[in-house]
Amino acid sequence: MGAQLRLLRRRIKSVRSTAKITRAQELIASSRIVKAQQRMQAAVPYEREITRAVTGVVSNTSSVDHPLTVTKEQPTKAAVLIVTSDRGFCGGFNANILREAEALSTLLKGKGITPVPFVVGRKGIGWHSFRGREMGGKWDGFSDNPSYTHAKQIADTLIEAFSAEDGVDEIHIVSTGFVSMLTQEVAVKRVLPLVVEETPEKPDTPLPYFEFEPSAGAVLDSLLPRYVESRIFSALLQSAASEHASRRRAMKSATDNANELIRVFTMQMNQARQAEITQEISEIVGGANALADAAAGKE
Amino acid sequence: MAKLRVGVVSPEREIWSGEADMVIAKTIDGEIGIMPKHAPVLGVLVEGGVLTVKRGGGESDLVAAVHGGFLSVADNEVSILAEMAELGSEVDVAAAKDALQRAQASIEANQEDADAAVEAKRARARLRAAGEEVG
Repeated sequence: MGAQLRLLRRRIKSVRSTAKITRAQELIASSRIVKAQQRMQAAVPYEREITRAVTGVVSNTSSVDHPLTVTKEQPTKAAVLIVTSDRGFCGGFNANILREAEALSTLLKGKGITPVPFVVGRKGIGWHSFRGREMGGKWDGFSDNPSYTHAKQIADTLIEAFSAEDGVDEIHIVSTGFVSMLTQEVAVKRVLPLVVEETPEKPDTPLPYFEFEPSAGAVLDSLLPRYVESRIFSALLQSAASEHASRRRAMKSATDNANELIRVFTMQMNQARQAEITQEISEIVGGANALADAAAGKE
Repeated sequence: MAKLRVGVVSPEREIWSGEADMVIAKTIDGEIGIMPKHAPVLGVLVEGGVLTVKRGGGESDLVAAVHGGFLSVADNEVSILAEMAELGSEVDVAAAKDALQRAQASIEANQEDADAAVEAKRARARLRAAGEEVG
């Protein structure tokens, strides 16, 4: 067998086994998106209610003076929570987030604020430690299936950093928002100091004037951390769904590419085989002719 | 009579929603009963409380163990935002009893074990929600 033929056969075999892997990854990702989307949906009622409660409290106690809502006049340090994935195989997912995080850092530095990265996901941690950057906190191992406990851990660390004497003055989240199966967008959100997002429904009706049990201060004390947790949890869930969606997309194009490669290689291999056969035939014919000539010369 | 629209939600899922005549929950200040046309209230719920929803109309009461969170009432809508919640019918009684025993054992070993105290409170709430008698 010709050397070229053997080479092509080997390449086809290896591409085929790669295609099998990428195809499997694609199928796994597509089945997990559904689950991740369901979890995102399931978290919506809580998020909606807590946003409404916070809006209610903040808007009708205008004199509210809680450490978590106060904006410092001269912020010097900002925590940036970067939500990446634990595994690769998901196209530009992590690169996009890290690029956006870099842009935010540059922006903050321009304003005289030192950014402190807090990183979720092995990929982001690797990226930061490779560059020797110090991280305020890091968490990994749950990027594709986060639970509320994880969000709580992260929120606790961030709120502690925010409340500390010499801590951060702002908290931003850089994460991927799940818009649809096909579109995911990297978004930067400021979590603290609090900017309460208005509920889209019924903007005209005045918010009810709440009574507080036991007191406005006590309610805020426990409501605001929960609100931050819920925002982080929602970011984690969306990021997980987006991770699966972009993995599915990346793996689909990888599978398509592999199939295309197999097609091209098969064609080349067939050509090479044809050429080899043709060559063999002409060698045999040539040999036979030579034998016949030699026999004819003897007579 | 007007009915209350009640939603019990935890961060991970919506636990129950429906209509009811009365909701009884335990805030830090004490038990609070909400009936239709109640003034807007935002309350902080205690760790390991039991929530009772009286559905009326011949339906049995809904009982749930609620661990921390908030109660918000506005406009005949009651939302219970629980950090963790479990319907009485979903409680695994054997597991809760087990958890209570373990927590009590570690409290006996170490009086200042705050985690175990919380754990015991939760287990008690779960058992009460499931309709079990606990001391």
